[in-house]
Order: sequence, then structure tokens, then C-alpha cells
Amino acid sequence: MDLRSNLVYIIRLLQTSVKGKFLNLALKSNEMEKVDLILKEYKNACHDSLIPILQEIQEAEGFLSETAIVEVGNHLHLPTSKIYGVATFYNQFRFQPKGKYNIQVCRGTACHVLGSSTVLNELEKYLKIKAGQTSRDNLFSIEVVACIGACGLAPVIAINGEFHAKVTVDSLKEIVESYRNREELS
Amino acid sequence: MKIFEQNTIKDLLVRTLTDNNTNNDEVLLHDVMSLLKRENIDTIQIFVGAGTCGLGAGADKTIRAIKKYFSKKKLNAEIIETGCIGLCSSEPIVDISIPGKKRISFEKVNAEKVEDIFNTIFANNVPSDCVLGQFRAAHGEAWKDVAYLDEHPFFSKQKRIVLQNCGIIDPTSIEEYIANGGYTSLYKTLKLQSPAQVCETVEKSGLRGRGGAGFPTGKKWKLALFEKQIQKYLICNADEGDPGAFMDRAVIEGDPHRLIEGMIIGAYGIGANNGYVYIRAEYPLAIERLKKAIAQAKDYGLLGENILNTGFDFDLKIKMGAGAFVCGEETALMHSIEGKRGTPKPRPPYPSVSGLFGKPTVINNVESFANVAAIMKNGADWYSAIGTQNSKGTKVFALSGKIAKTGLVEVAMGTTLREIIFTIAGGIKDGKKFKAVQIGGPSGGCITEENLDILIDYESLKSVGAMMGSGGLVVMDEGTCMVDIAKFFMDFIQRESCGKCIPCREGTKRMLEILESITQKPSTENSKALERFQGVIMLEKLGGVIKETSLCGLGQSAPNPVLSTIKWFRHEYEEHIFERVCRAKVCTELRKFFINPEVCTGCMACLKKCPTGAIIGSKKSPHVIVENKCIGCGACAETCKFNAITFS
Amino acid sequence: MKLNIKINTKPVQAEKGEMILDVLERNGIKIPTLCYMKDKFPAGACRMCLVEHVNSGRLITSCSYPVEDGMELLSHSPRVINARKTIVELLLSNHPDDCLYCVRNKNCELQNLSDELDVRHRRITGVKNNHSIDYSGQSIVCDPDKCILCGRCVRVCEETIGVSAIDFILRGSKTIVAPAFNKGLNTSSCVNCGQCLMVCPTGAIAEKSHLSIVIEALQNPELTVVAQYAPAITVSIAEEFGLEPEKDMNGILNAALRKVGFNRVFDTSFTADLTIMEEATELIERITKNSDPIPMFTSCCPAWVKYVEEFWPEMLSNVSTCKSPQQMMGSIIKHYYSKIENIKPEKIFSVSLMPCTAKKFEAQREEMTQEGISDVDAVLTTRELGKLIRLYGIDFKNLEPEDTDSPLGTRSSAGKIFGATGGVMEAALRTAYSMITGNELEKLEFEEVRGLSGVKHSKIKIDSLELGVAVVNGLGNAASLLKEISEGRKDIHFVEVMSCPGGCIAGGGQHIGADKNSIYARIKALYEIDKNEALRVSHKNPQILELYQKFLGKPNGHLSHKLLHTCYKKRIVLL
Repeated sequence: MDLRSNLVYIIRLLQTSVKGKFLNLALKSNEMEKVDLILKEYKNACHDSLIPILQEIQEAEGFLSETAIVEVGNHLHLPTSKIYGVATFYNQFRFQPKGKYNIQVCRGTACHVLGSSTVLNELEKYLKIKAGQTSRDNLFSIEVVACIGACGLAPVIAINGEFHAKVTVDSLKEIVESYRNREELS
Repeated sequence: MKIFEQNTIKDLLVRTLTDNNTNNDEVLLHDVMSLLKRENIDTIQIFVGAGTCGLGAGADKTIRAIKKYFSKKKLNAEIIETGCIGLCSSEPIVDISIPGKKRISFEKVNAEKVEDIFNTIFANNVPSDCVLGQFRAAHGEAWKDVAYLDEHPFFSKQKRIVLQNCGIIDPTSIEEYIANGGYTSLYKTLKLQSPAQVCETVEKSGLRGRGGAGFPTGKKWKLALFEKQIQKYLICNADEGDPGAFMDRAVIEGDPHRLIEGMIIGAYGIGANNGYVYIRAEYPLAIERLKKAIAQAKDYGLLGENILNTGFDFDLKIKMGAGAFVCGEETALMHSIEGKRGTPKPRPPYPSVSGLFGKPTVINNVESFANVAAIMKNGADWYSAIGTQNSKGTKVFALSGKIAKTGLVEVAMGTTLREIIFTIAGGIKDGKKFKAVQIGGPSGGCITEENLDILIDYESLKSVGAMMGSGGLVVMDEGTCMVDIAKFFMDFIQRESCGKCIPCREGTKRMLEILESITQKPSTENSKALERFQGVIMLEKLGGVIKETSLCGLGQSAPNPVLSTIKWFRHEYEEHIFERVCRAKVCTELRKFFINPEVCTGCMACLKKCPTGAIIGSKKSPHVIVENKCIGCGACAETCKFNAITFS
Repeated sequence: MKLNIKINTKPVQAEKGEMILDVLERNGIKIPTLCYMKDKFPAGACRMCLVEHVNSGRLITSCSYPVEDGMELLSHSPRVINARKTIVELLLSNHPDDCLYCVRNKNCELQNLSDELDVRHRRITGVKNNHSIDYSGQSIVCDPDKCILCGRCVRVCEETIGVSAIDFILRGSKTIVAPAFNKGLNTSSCVNCGQCLMVCPTGAIAEKSHLSIVIEALQNPELTVVAQYAPAITVSIAEEFGLEPEKDMNGILNAALRKVGFNRVFDTSFTADLTIMEEATELIERITKNSDPIPMFTSCCPAWVKYVEEFWPEMLSNVSTCKSPQQMMGSIIKHYYSKIENIKPEKIFSVSLMPCTAKKFEAQREEMTQEGISDVDAVLTTRELGKLIRLYGIDFKNLEPEDTDSPLGTRSSAGKIFGATGGVMEAALRTAYSMITGNELEKLEFEEVRGLSGVKHSKIKIDSLELGVAVVNGLGNAASLLKEISEGRKDIHFVEVMSCPGGCIAGGGQHIGADKNSIYARIKALYEIDKNEALRVSHKNPQILELYQKFLGKPNGHLSHKLLHTCYKKRIVLL
């Protein structure tokens, strides 16, 4: 029994590692150049540069890939586990690419009082993804943010930095569709 | 009007700041100052509130419309993007200053209104529907029949020290800040006072930390000053994570130099040569403006080595927070700057002894620093004359929720909440009834009608189970469910808990689960009222232990919203538990839907739509909702074309 | 300066800078702790050690709060007890509740605490976590559901072992302890030393059990089941049965193992002697013939070997090519003993009993298999061994001592001291001296390499050669030495590294809950054996000499190379 489960495990491992290798190769070509450029700016950097570096990589890449994290670890002489631990601690970092249109739903107090949870639920239902996920066509992703400081205009969503104030269930669909149309036109 | 070279202005202003007036041309200085203070202008000047709230309300579209208007009319005008004046619900706010006339302010100027407003103004009339008021300044002719802005109820009761310049000056111009009295006392402070004197003055002023805990700022500085170490750090905590608070953002967006000046004085006071502003990455505009302001201050010799030739060095860096509420806690914030997980550490050792990188460190909030320059300029006595016995000065509050006017207000300590909510902010929206106000965000508590008349200060708020916190005021009316609010804060806190200490990590999660069980319809269990009731008993007990045992301020204050809502709104909890009713109709799962058999046509639309199959009935006969199966989603009511479905 | 404080209204004196917890302990008051680790900076995370500070009316953590003059403390006031109890109840509220099936049943700090604090019914219910168990590692199994996030494993891995294979991931109630990217331990830099599970208060980290396959083998009449036990086992197995660690349980263990059903029982100390013969020869060759780089590193510790493969692959040629004593014994059993006993190697099931979790990993390395026959088939830790003996109902305390089997049974005490840090070095030096000079040392003890300091240096004069040696105790101390060496430090010829602080006697397979005193006691027991032994050098072990004469030829000879040596390759993992 033990042997068999071990075998199955080994096969699965092999499969994933092969997949991993392909992934790494594909990523290496275009993405790592950007990461290397960022790291060049941080010569002789120490532990305290870790978060700024990750922020810059995310800014450039849209997310933190495994290879990028490993690369940062080599650069700063930090264990990968530490970097991953730090990155997962903070809300800002994501480990999957964002959609072309990133929808930030504000969950601040003012927005909550005025019904942002309904907005979020409706959006999740409408796009058929959960917060933190990206739609299959890579067009939309939903991100829940603490408070984007537009409390006077609650409930608020921001799509790629564009604010949409006083969102209702109906206007929400219109807003999303307008972005989809924009995409189809271009 | 004369045009001045940028460098001429800079030299002149630097000389003014260093008290080296002897070789200054009085006339030239007057001209420059007048230009910078925007007195006697010769072109039209238009000020648009372009803080985050303004931009959110469409200020950028308004600006585009204004530009278009002026190019169409072939008129010259200077458009100045200011910070937020505080009246967020009236954004976009546009001020117009026409040569020879007083500056006048308009609210809710969206792009469509631009043309009308300017047409009216240029016809020497005032569009009465959107005028806020005119500025009370010595120069310029007053507009007829227009009230002064300081008479506007929103502003008349305020005492603005921190927000003095916000929304009025161009935040991207150091010159304007100096012309309006900024950096003027800095040189004297650095040159003539010892660090100990600076700490003494701040302590005497009675300034207490505006981040929430209210520790005397001067005392904190003294502790760090006494540490005999060469390397010390000064940190400004601008990680304003509290949902519903945005005063720090407004100050940095609207008047960044006020913060920088306060920090230079603070650094001198404790003997620090390095400083950080730890600011949320979610505030891109504030970061941009602060970056610019720091560059300008460096250019003017106000930051960096040998500040104003006084021999004092201070270097200021920006660190962007990566999104963790707990990093508002000072030891967690320092871990974050060090590039680690933002978890707090036990005290002692206190940051003033061993803080950032193990060196003595002082951390203050943006608002605390923003008070310092004014204290040094006007003296400790001036400041301590404002406020109550134990809480001096002013406090900025961020008003939001179900209130007529939302935004930022700065009032003297000792003002009542009633004044803020009903006089300044114009009461509850849509004429509904006031229920409670949540003060201090996720660490604070709620205050009910009966306590609205207490004077705002640190101690009196504590006495009613709330706290100053960072100053978020969320106003709730009868349409707000207090259990839901408690759940909201608990959800926030447990998501933001760092997870290091057990009471906060596990306790807040358990409290949330209990609250969820109260507000949710049990789909599997048979409504066990007793268990839910035990939950509430447990909430109080758990809350007590979490408060006592948590490692940091976040955990120690985490149960506050729950405990205070239980204290004041126990009946609402009981309704949720026993009668399974949410009087505010917020908790969707507790809604009970009915089909009116007289209206129902038996079209079967709702029956098909119901996700849980809770509707039974056959064609052309009235349907019935099976209560046990209904989850209160309301899909049926949305579907029904005949309005036959209602809920209680 | 003495500080005067009051504990539970009684005046007590304390030193400035002392932590409250230490003062309380000194005064005979036990305070429960979870995240606290002696000699490490207090984390203040678990809040179990709270005491009431009467002066301020607050509860403060005694582990991190230094005493202050005039302090009044209550260590067990109702408020304090309620707080501690609630914290335990909170931990239990989403705990898997499978104590009866848990590897740490009856030896679990959480269980003990809930008993001590009299938690008798469930006041708080919580939604249980549902993480998957990480079975990917060859030595260690992690069950995040049982983890209470005290962080002791993370700190040991970082501060003591210097590997940082695991860290906290995510935040708040979602936090788990796992390797980078929450991937399996197998792709992490984990060296399998098992120190994490030694400090784990619950069953969240445990060894990968080989008990069931051993029992299966014992029941298989076709198999000859052979046991070997490591030097450290005999001085520590007693603790599994609640006895003091001081005595050598060698004979009793032999008897117990035979009663369990092992067909042959050997002492790994025998192949420790063999290792010394091979290793000393290799060292001399490296020094005299410049065959391979100097310094030479020992290769007995599989955690250390994996560490070099991962972090210092450029220094792999410095690692001795000798297999560890476990693998040598395995190899000798399958390839030599099988011949003289006329058993087919594939009909031998070779079990090693080790104080170590990394040995489980080592046994399954592909380098450790020849022509399809693995040197060792299963590895049991001391804890598993204890379980096995209990399972077979053997009254450990009342057994007549028996001898090990021949001809692989006789050992020198040099092989025995392998179990303590510095032991391999000492044994090797005894033999190397004799090999180079042809004489015996007058004084066999090398005190400089004994003891628990992190890095121990010594210079030994052997004829004209001044041999520089270093002993690293605790893997976390290796990096700085390796850095010096890679940057050109030349005065060291031979380095012993043991990953676990104290050596194998404090290995990751040992009894959980041992304190420093019992580690000292185990070390003392080993040296005591050495002191009273007649045969104290490996090269005089008659059975070793016989083995060379009859089978292997000479140390580092052709057959030795085939059976007793190997080579290591760079290992790519998530660093």
C-alpha cells in the first residue's frame, strides 16, 4: 500500500516538475529581463529593500511569479520561504496575473454601510469569479480593497484606476459591459 | 504684474526663512509674497479640488471642461489643482478668482455645469444653486448677496490648524506654503532652541498622539532624546488603514509641506538624522505629491545635510506600505520597513529604546506632525488654550455614512459629537432617524443618541466605551443593522489580524463565526436559539479575554465594536437570535418572504428562479414559499412581475 | 543590583535584566508556555505565560518582560488562569480533535495544557481548518491543521539549522507554516534534520513512519529481518520507557529486539569503526597525495550532506566519499554477511534504528542502492523503536542483557562516541594518529572537540604535521566556517559537522521533551562507556580487521570503493 502510494506520488511529482521546467523556460525569456533590470537598480541591497523590490516587480509584471521570487532571493541572499512569507503577508501582492481590467471593490466602512457587499456579491456572480481571481478570458479580475478613500461617493468601485461612484446592482452590469464593449471594439 | 524668475523667488524665500532680511528688497519681497498669496491677481485663477475624493467625483472631467471652455472663449486662465477642502460630498468643488473680486467657491461642479457657471459669473451674476460661499480676504471686491465661506455651517464651527491650507493652496508649490507662513519658525527652532526645548514646548502644548492611543507626543520625544545613540529614526505613520478614515491622505494631498516641516522639527527634537514616511500604496496621489514636496524641500535646503545652514541634517525617505492594517501598529510598521512580515513584537523594549533596526525610534501619526509647526510658531500656550483639560488642540474627523455632508472636519477638542453631526454635517441623510455613530473605526465603538453631548476628548470617549482612534466617524441611521456593523468590523479585523498571537488570530475568527451564526439562516441545523444565545454570552467573555491578552493594540481593541454594540444594542442582538428578525432589513438571510395569494398569478417564474427550490405551487394557482428552505436571497421578488412577493 | 519584587504577595529578589519567567521558575513557580524557547529571543506570540502586573493592572508576558524594582506580580490569579484557559480553548476550538489517533498522543503540550487548565467541555466551537497533509518529504510529515503557529519550528529551522526551509505563509487565521510557495517539503531546502518536530508542541510535524513496513517484514517468514542500531540509541532509548538516560542499554536492547522478532541484531558502532578506517585513510590520502581538496568534511550526517548539496555544491568535493555508518552497515550486511550466512541479499530486510529523521531520507537515496538492492530498507527513529517494543508487549525494564550477533557485533568505544558532537572527530584522530605514526596516542581523549559550543577548533600535532580540525555543532554554525574556507582559509584539514546541536544524541528522531540536562546525561553516558572500555580505537577492532582480511582487502581499496563509498551531486531545490 505504502509502496503504491509512493509510486503514484513520484509520478505526480515528475509530471509537475516537467511542467515547471517548461513554465520556467517560457517565463525566463521575456519576464526575467524586466526583473533583472529592477534588481540591477538595487545593487548591494539588504533585507529592507525586499518590499520595494517586490512592489516594483509587481508594478512591471502585474504579479509576482515564482521565478521572480526565486531571483529576488538569490539577489538579496534571502531564503525563498522568507520572501514568500513576506509577500503573502501583505494584501498588495498577488501571485497570478491580473485581468486586463482589474476591478477594485471598496470595502471601507462607508461603502459597507451603503451596500458594497451586495455590489461585490453581484459582481462575483456576474463575472462568475471570486474576489482575487481572474476571469478565464483574462479580461477581468476582482480585487477587494480596504478603503480607496472616496467615502463620500460610496459605494465605489475602481476599474484600472477609473472611479465609478454610487454603484448599484444595475449600474454595475452596465459598467462592466461598457468595458467589455470597449474590448470588442478595439 | 511682474514675472519673476523661479530662482529669484527661491533665493528670496530662503533668505526670508533664515531671517537674513537685511539685503532683501522690501518692495520685491512684498511683490513676490503678494503674488504667491494670490492677492491682486491679473489673470483669472480657477482652483479645482483634485484630491482623491475630487477626482473620484469627476474633477478631471471638470478640469477638461474648464480648459475647453476657456480655449473656446479664447480667455486666459490659470487652473490650480488643490487638495481637498474637506467637503467631499460636494466635490468637485471649483473656486473662481477673478481679478478685483473675491475668490468664490462652487460645489458639485461636474463637467456639464461648467459652461453655465462661467457664463453666469462672467455676466457678473452668481449661480445661486451651487455656490458655497466666498473667501474672506482683505483684497478684492465682495460678491453681492453671497455668504462668506467661513459662515457656511460646515466651516463656521471648525477650527482649522492642520487643514488650514488644504483645498486652498496649490499643494505642489513650496513657495505658496512659505508665503502662507510655512517653514517660517523652522530656522529659529533649529538655530536658537535646543532639542530638549523643542520637546519641552511640544510637551507643554499638550499635544497627544493623533493615531488613536493619545500618548503625549512631547513625552515620547523626550524618551528618545534621552537615548544616547548616534543613529536614531523618526517615522511618520501614514498607513491609514482604518476603513472610513482619510484625514492623513487629505493632509498629504493638500498640504504635504506641513507634514515635512513637523517632521524636521521632530527629528531635531529627538536627534534623528533619518526619517521615513510609511504611507499606504493605495494612496498614489498622496505619494506623488509627497515625493514632489520632499524634492522641493531638498532643493530649498530644508531637507538633507546642513538644513538652512544650522548644521542639522535630516534625510527623509518614503516607504510604501504593502497593504496590512496591522502595520499601523508601530512595531509591526518597523518590521515592515525592515522588509519583514509586519508582525508586532512585545514591549518592552519600547521603540524609543530599540526600534527600527534596533535603534531608538519615534513614530508619530501624520496629524500629530501636522500640528507641530503651528505649535512651534505660535507657542505652547496658544495651543494648550484650545481644547479640554486633558486633550488639547484640534482633531480632524472623517465623516462618512448616512449623513448629509461627508468629508473632513477639524474641530477643537471639547466640541460635541452632536455639533459635528447635526450642525456641521447637516444631520442624517434623507431625513431619517439617527441611530448611532461609530467612532474610531475597527478599534473604536459606537455612540448612541444619549451620549452625543459628551465633549470630544480622549478620556470622555473612553468612558462611554468608544475611543478617539484615528478619527473616523461613521454615522448610522435606522436603516443600519448594528449586528451587521459589528460583523463588518470583526470581518475586517480578523482578515487584517497578523496571526501572530493566539487570542487575536483565533479569537477574532471565533467572534466572527458567532456573529455569522446570528445573522445567518441555519440551513442545516434546526434553529437553535439557545446555541446562538450562548454565542452572545461567549462573545462578551471572549472579547474580554482578547482585550486583555492580545499582543498589540489591534488585538487589544479588536472586540470593541462588538462589545459596544452589545452594550448599546443588545435588543437588536436578541431580535436576531430569538425572533430571527433584522429590524434594519440588512441581514438578507433573515428576511422572510411572502407571496400575496391575491396578487400571485401562478406564472411559475419565481418558482423556476428560486435557487433552493423553496417555492412550491402549480401553474395558475398562487405559489407558497417554504420558510425552512428560503435563504432570503430575494431572487423571487426581483423576478416577480406582479409585485406579489414582499418581505418582512 | 538586586531588585525587590513581589510574587503572589511574597517578596522575592531578582537580578536586573532578568525576565519575569526566569525569576518565577527559580522560585518554583511553573508558568505554561508555548512559543517560548530557552536561549532564544522571546516572541511573545502565544500569550500563555501571561502574569498579572498588579502595579499597572495589566496582564504582561513573563517571557519577554524584564523585572522592575517594586514590581508586584500574580502568577495564578483567577484573571490569569481564565486568560490562559481561554487561549487553550481557542486553540482547541479549531483543532482536529483526533488526539487518539495522533502520533503525539500523551506527549502533546496542547493536550497537557488543556488538562492542566482543566478544560472539561467545549465552550467555543470553531470552523475546522482543512489543509492537506504534506507527505511529500521522505522524513517529515506536516499537518497544518494541528499547527498552533507557535513558530518554534520556523525559528529552529532559521536560527539553529540555518536552512529556513519553512516560514509563515499568509496572515491571520489563514496563516500556515510551510515551505516556499506552499509546495511540498520535498522540493524545499529542508535537510530532514527533524529539529522542527523536536520543538513542535503538537503533532503538526512528525516523522514519516516506517513502523508498518517493518512490522509487515517481521511477519514475513521468508525474510531475514536484520536490525542495526545507532550508537546514540542505547543511551537514549531508556527515556522512551521513562528511565534515566545515563546507562548503556546495549544488551537489553539486543534482547528486546530479538523478542520483537529481529533475526539478527547489530550495533552500527561497528560500521562507525569501519567508517573511521575508511575516512582516516581518505584524509591521509587527501593530505599526502593531494588527491582531493582539503579540508575534508565528514559525511556521517545526512542532513549536513544534503545541506552541502543544496547550498554549497561547489564544496561537494570536500565531503568525504565515505557512506555513513548506517549505509556501510547496510551494505556490509547485504553484500558480505549475506554471503557468509548464505542468505540471498533480496531476502534480507535491513532495518536501522536511528536517533535521526534524515536517515530515512538517506536510506532511500539512489546512491544508496546497488544493482537494485538497497543498503537499508527501513529506518525507525528512537520513538518508533519505543513504540515497536511496546507494541510487542516487551517488559523493557526486566530483560536479561544479550550480545549482538557476530561477526559484525564487536565495536570499539571510538565507534560508540560517534553519537556525540565531536565524537567522529575524536575517533578519527585516534586512528589517523596511529595510521600516520604507527604508534598509539598516549592520551586518547580530545577535550577540545567535546562540548556544546557551536564551532570547536583544535590543532593536533602528528609527527611533523600540524593537523587543524574543526567541529561544527549545529548546522546553523556551518555557514560562517564554510564561507571562511571558501574564501581561502587554509589551516583546517578536517571538519566534522553534525546538524543537530549536541550531535546524534539530540537528533530529530529522539525522545520528544528532553531538556538540556538529559542531553548532557546522554553525552556523559557515551563518554563514560568510552572511559571504561578496553577497546577504544577503531583500528584495533578485531572484527574490523577480520572484515578487511576476509572481504574488503584494505581501506579505500577496490571493494571498499564499490560498497562503502559514494559521491554526491548538486541538488536543485527552492533555496
